[in-house]
Amino acid sequence: MLAFILRRILQSSAVLLAVGLVAFSLFRYVGDPVNAMVGQDTSMEERDALREKLGLNDPAPVQFFHFIANAARGNFGLSYRTSEPVGRLILERVPATLELSFCAAVFVLFVGVPMGVYTGLYPKHWSSRLLQAISLIGISLPTFLIGILLILVFAVTLHWLPSFGRGDTVRVGWWVTNFLTLSGLKALILPAITLGLFQLTLIMRLVRSEMLEVMRTEYIKFARARGLTNRAINFGHALKNTLVPVITVAGLQLGSLIAFAVVTETVFAWPGVGQLFIQSVQFSDIPVMAAYLLLIGLFFVLVNLIVDLLYFAVDPRLRSQGGSARVAGH
Amino acid sequence: MAAASNNQPLLEVRNLRIEFPTRRGTLLAVDDVSFDIAPGEVLGVVGESGAGKSLTGNAIIGLLEPPGRVAGGEIRLEGRRIDNLPYEEMRKIRGARIGAIFQDPLTSLNPLYSVGRQLVETIQTHLPLSASQAKARAIELLQEVGIPGAEMRIDHYPHQFSGGMRQRVVIALALCAGPRLIVADEPTTALDVSIQAQIIALLKRLCREHGTAVMLVTHDMGVIAETADRVAVMYAGRVAEIGPVREVVKHAKHPYTKGLMGSIPSLGVRTERLTQIDGAMPRLTEIPPGCAFNPRCTFKGQRCLVERPNLMPAGATRAACWLHDSGGVGAPILKETVDA
Ligand SMILES: Nc1ncnc2c1ncn2[C@@H]1O[C@H](COP(=O)(O)OP(=O)(O)OP(=O)(O)O)[C@@H](O)[C@H]1O
Ligand code: SF4
Ligand SMILES: [Mg+2]
Repeated sequence: MLAFILRRILQSSAVLLAVGLVAFSLFRYVGDPVNAMVGQDTSMEERDALREKLGLNDPAPVQFFHFIANAARGNFGLSYRTSEPVGRLILERVPATLELSFCAAVFVLFVGVPMGVYTGLYPKHWSSRLLQAISLIGISLPTFLIGILLILVFAVTLHWLPSFGRGDTVRVGWWVTNFLTLSGLKALILPAITLGLFQLTLIMRLVRSEMLEVMRTEYIKFARARGLTNRAINFGHALKNTLVPVITVAGLQLGSLIAFAVVTETVFAWPGVGQLFIQSVQFSDIPVMAAYLLLIGLFFVLVNLIVDLLYFAVDPRLRSQGGSARVAGH
Repeated sequence: MAAASNNQPLLEVRNLRIEFPTRRGTLLAVDDVSFDIAPGEVLGVVGESGAGKSLTGNAIIGLLEPPGRVAGGEIRLEGRRIDNLPYEEMRKIRGARIGAIFQDPLTSLNPLYSVGRQLVETIQTHLPLSASQAKARAIELLQEVGIPGAEMRIDHYPHQFSGGMRQRVVIALALCAGPRLIVADEPTTALDVSIQAQIIALLKRLCREHGTAVMLVTHDMGVIAETADRVAVMYAGRVAEIGPVREVVKHAKHPYTKGLMGSIPSLGVRTERLTQIDGAMPRLTEIPPGCAFNPRCTFKGQRCLVERPNLMPAGATRAACWLHDSGGVGAPILKETVDA
């Protein structure tokens, strides 16, 4: 168990280092940081001095090492655009994105999994067929279109929900939250649905096909032969076995919610890191882009780690491979 | 061997018909099958692959897989008709009155539940026992089926048991709520040859101790000869011959059974397909008129080609063969009742 976790952490670090290399290359070789920081009329000498001061004349491996060491301390340098520390810029924006992604994830799991279970248990029922058809639409419509349609209906026409921004927020320490005001909560609804809809249809279809698969297995047939109730079979035996493969995919999907938030945040003018990223692309604000890249990489790796641990908790076959193994004599 | 101690049969299967609606018409997979099982009796069921053995067993436990359906006849358990019960009524019978054992112990158990949990949930579904009482009973059962260290093993998961041990757990699961009948569909086919005999012996001993009747489906004539009280031989969805095991083995009356019994392998030696007879069993869509066995039969006469024989007394057994009718296999008797 412990060995397994250590191995996973090691792998995660390797992945992060690779992401770091990409971020560093971006930082170092796309555009000229000095050009971006100084005005038109800066002299050659001043530019060289700045270059030296920024360490841009050091050999690349040394620069990479500095870059990673700084990143680990949350130090990504100054934004080209606002000259503020990138770390602080990002940190200000992280709560908005995390809260949005969290709500989308809750929406995806608590709606998508039950829908998948239902359509898997009653594949021939008309309502299952309807859900299947709707989910096809959900998969094929692009996110921004869904967002705009939702705004059109619920904000512009019905005036039920706001069309942009976070609404009223409350500051708890450095964390600025939506969860403590009614207007904040209302502001979350449309963006969370927009962000989650695509993943929801994916999860639903995945759960459905896994459920169909599991219902055909011998152990479900044997469970029926033992006279277990439908509830015990469907929501105990079948659901648990369905979730084993679903956990992996769901974990990856939820990780990508944070990345996909870029589009949703743009549509809803949501002040999160995704929006910050789009702005920084427009201004070639390389330090912000590099930091964003690393942040997303970090989230992905963390989600993966959690998924692996969950897998461990659910599937006894993995647990005993790690340590106690088979009991002697068999 | 245990024999009927009661006049009322435990299980009565009467004129059972099982159909599959398909695009090209309805397939009749089990046609007019009748037999009884007495309390405590072991009925062996043999026949080539596709003869309809599993379908008959599944119909008895009420788990025919759609689109298969019981299209005619009836099944009675202790006098009560069970083939037309609502799902929930039949569920209460499954496990409690009729247990089942399937072929592959590796896939019969849920890999994510410990064996103890699977036992306890089955016991508590059918018997009014507390969790601790159910657990005590589960441990007892594991001991009974010969699992060493049952107190500890109860918390283990299926993958921690060998194939033979898993089939023991499956037997414990089938027996745990005290059923009167167990439908065992090829319970040893998937197992290592060296442990098949052990499992069969265990099943036989436990059922005798508990007074449980068994419908034992198998390809292994040796197992039948060792274990069964009576045997039913199925061919192309019908019962070709049925009778006391000694008679069927030693003095078979149906030409098909005679062929089967030509060489009985010793216990444990498996014959995947019973192919001592030339030719193969016809597919469901190609069953000939008259006796379904006629293309392979060396005794056939005119009558066998047009008129279908039902079970009739033949010495100490009952056989579906015109050889045992007073009219014999000779001249065709063209009746309207000729089956197509
Ligand atoms: N879903 C189905 N659709 C059409 N025909 C089916 C279906 N299931 C079974 N059958 C037919 O029913 C017949 C009997 O099948 P069954 O499984 O009872 O055979 P069996 O005697 O148990 O054979 P085996 O020894 O191979 O287990 C077979 O000929 C098979 O083709
Ligand atoms: S009825 Fe005729 S064909 Fe059929 S087994 Fe008897 S003799 Fe052979
Ligand atoms: Mg079978």
